[in-house]
Amino acid sequence: MRLWIAFWNIVVKDFRTYYLKPPNISWGLIFPLAWTGMFFIKSGKGMESISSILPGVIALSILFGTTSLLAVTVTFEKKNRSFERLLLAPIPLELLMLAKTSGAILFGVFNAFIPVLMAAFLVDLGHVNWLVFIPAVVLISVASTFLGLFIAVAVSEVFEAQTFSNFFRFPMIFLCGLFFPISALPVFLKPLAYALPLTYGADLLHGAIHGGNILSVPIDLAILAIFCVGLFMVSLRNIRRRWIA
Amino acid sequence: MTTESDIAIKVQGLAKSFGDVQAVTTVAFEVNSGELFGFLGPNGAGKTTTINMLTGLARPDAGTIHIGGIDCTRKPRAAQHLIGVVPDESNLYPELSGFDNLCFCAALYGMGKTERQARATELLEAFDLTKAAGRKFGGYSKGMKRRLTIAAGIIHRPRILFLDEPTTGIDVASARQLRQMIKALHNQGTTIFLTTHYIEEAERLCDRIAFIMSGRIVRIDTVANLVQPLREKHVMQISCPNDVNNLSTQLGKEFPDQAFSSPEPGLIQVEAATPIHVGPLVRFLEDRGAEVAEARRIRPSLEDVFVQITGVGADVMRTEKEKKGGAQ
Ligand SMILES: Nc1ncnc2c1ncn2[C@@H]1O[C@H](COP(=O)(O)OP(=O)(O)OP(=O)(O)O)[C@@H](O)[C@H]1O
Ligand SMILES: [Mg+2]
Repeated sequence: MRLWIAFWNIVVKDFRTYYLKPPNISWGLIFPLAWTGMFFIKSGKGMESISSILPGVIALSILFGTTSLLAVTVTFEKKNRSFERLLLAPIPLELLMLAKTSGAILFGVFNAFIPVLMAAFLVDLGHVNWLVFIPAVVLISVASTFLGLFIAVAVSEVFEAQTFSNFFRFPMIFLCGLFFPISALPVFLKPLAYALPLTYGADLLHGAIHGGNILSVPIDLAILAIFCVGLFMVSLRNIRRRWIA
Repeated sequence: MTTESDIAIKVQGLAKSFGDVQAVTTVAFEVNSGELFGFLGPNGAGKTTTINMLTGLARPDAGTIHIGGIDCTRKPRAAQHLIGVVPDESNLYPELSGFDNLCFCAALYGMGKTERQARATELLEAFDLTKAAGRKFGGYSKGMKRRLTIAAGIIHRPRILFLDEPTTGIDVASARQLRQMIKALHNQGTTIFLTTHYIEEAERLCDRIAFIMSGRIVRIDTVANLVQPLREKHVMQISCPNDVNNLSTQLGKEFPDQAFSSPEPGLIQVEAATPIHVGPLVRFLEDRGAEVAEARRIRPSLEDVFVQITGVGADVMRTEKEKKGGAQ
């Protein structure tokens, strides 16, 4: 009960002070609009192409809504020392970091549904497999957030958090099969694609929205889950080593 | 007679270095339950580094730490439920109001909503911040920030409280008010570990004091024991506006049991092992044409002990700190 109070208040505080701020909300709206528009114009195929670009736009909305936001807020709190306040509280480190990341995970999930809502006005989404779609969105959000945590532990300045996030994010746009199939990548880049969590998330989304996934759903889900657990464990270990040094 | 359970903090062989800098070197001490223990030392002595290790924010390179009987050596955060910490700089959320900051801190310790709101209101009142309760912490003045940071540190009524230079960087009136609050907490039975570079503050508040210099404890004792050797010495200052250099030498010849010096022109300092009788001295001086304006006994303070032990002038310590800007 006591730990639950602490957990819940950390999530609520982060939501109020960071995620529900107008710049973040408008970012969540503008971003998918811009990407959809861009690919829409580029493909020039009209409405049918929407369902083929939707998985990519959703994945990017999540990625851009979570990774750098978490990395920046945690680095900011480290910098102004309010993070110490959390480390001084009698909360197990695992639970503390789950509380700290839950806000960003939820924010990522909300962001994922903005392009879905937009698309729902333009095309029929009746055939979407929601049972695959929803776990996929949640896991992508968890993996992207934990990537942000990993980055936050690796840097000490806010601008470094931002730059380092981009270092991960931008290659992922092109390497993870969001808009161009992985089969179209040069041979030497293919192994890299399979080393990135978003590849499996994008595969799940493609499968759920218009069929045509490369790997089977359970395999995609399992690999994505392994990425989540792995990133979290590594981040926790780094926190113990670097922040309680 | 103290038993293990009477000991709130027990530290043995504590050491910590940052690269080439040996911040703390084999520090050892015990703080009894309910005691107000002072950790006194100049800038860079290793006070904050020691507090960080005791409160689970840093890992020692060597040594053992027990807080409230819990072994925190391997698990630095094992005793967090027993302790409250007021760091040397504020660590609250600038974008939250004073009230929300306190409620959030209370929630971290698992306090329910009504309980934490009542406690926050009570502390805002006690720290004279009720009017600023709804304003953002980021806009508070230094003294207000300091007060709210202390309120946040005691929101969960910790058994052991760590205060890192609580009165640095705030005005005299607020500092006095804070010292009264620290005393009140002490009277309620809270164990307090206080670092400071204000010698008078340590003397006024603490039961026992450890002097720390360059990461080493040079002396631990009660305030009374520390000043005792100086109390046994009698010191008097006589001010004579005319030149006295000559006279202090002559005085030495006339009164061989007393030592005379001239710390500044126009001032004669007399030191003796027995009480000093002022009459014969004044007569001697006046007979030789000197005009005695004033003669007063000097009460030796902890400051003198500190200077004696460390060789660092208290005034040097103070100015260094103020140059640095003090705490937030
Ligand atoms: N994170 C760190 N990295 C490198 N050196 C450090 C670090 N923290 C402390 N030090 C060094 O360790 C020594 C002790 O510092 P510490 O902050 O403990 O002193 P202090 O007694 O609290 O001083 P002050 O009165 O200025 O607060 C100093 O030489 C300081 O430069
Ligand atoms: Mg310090």
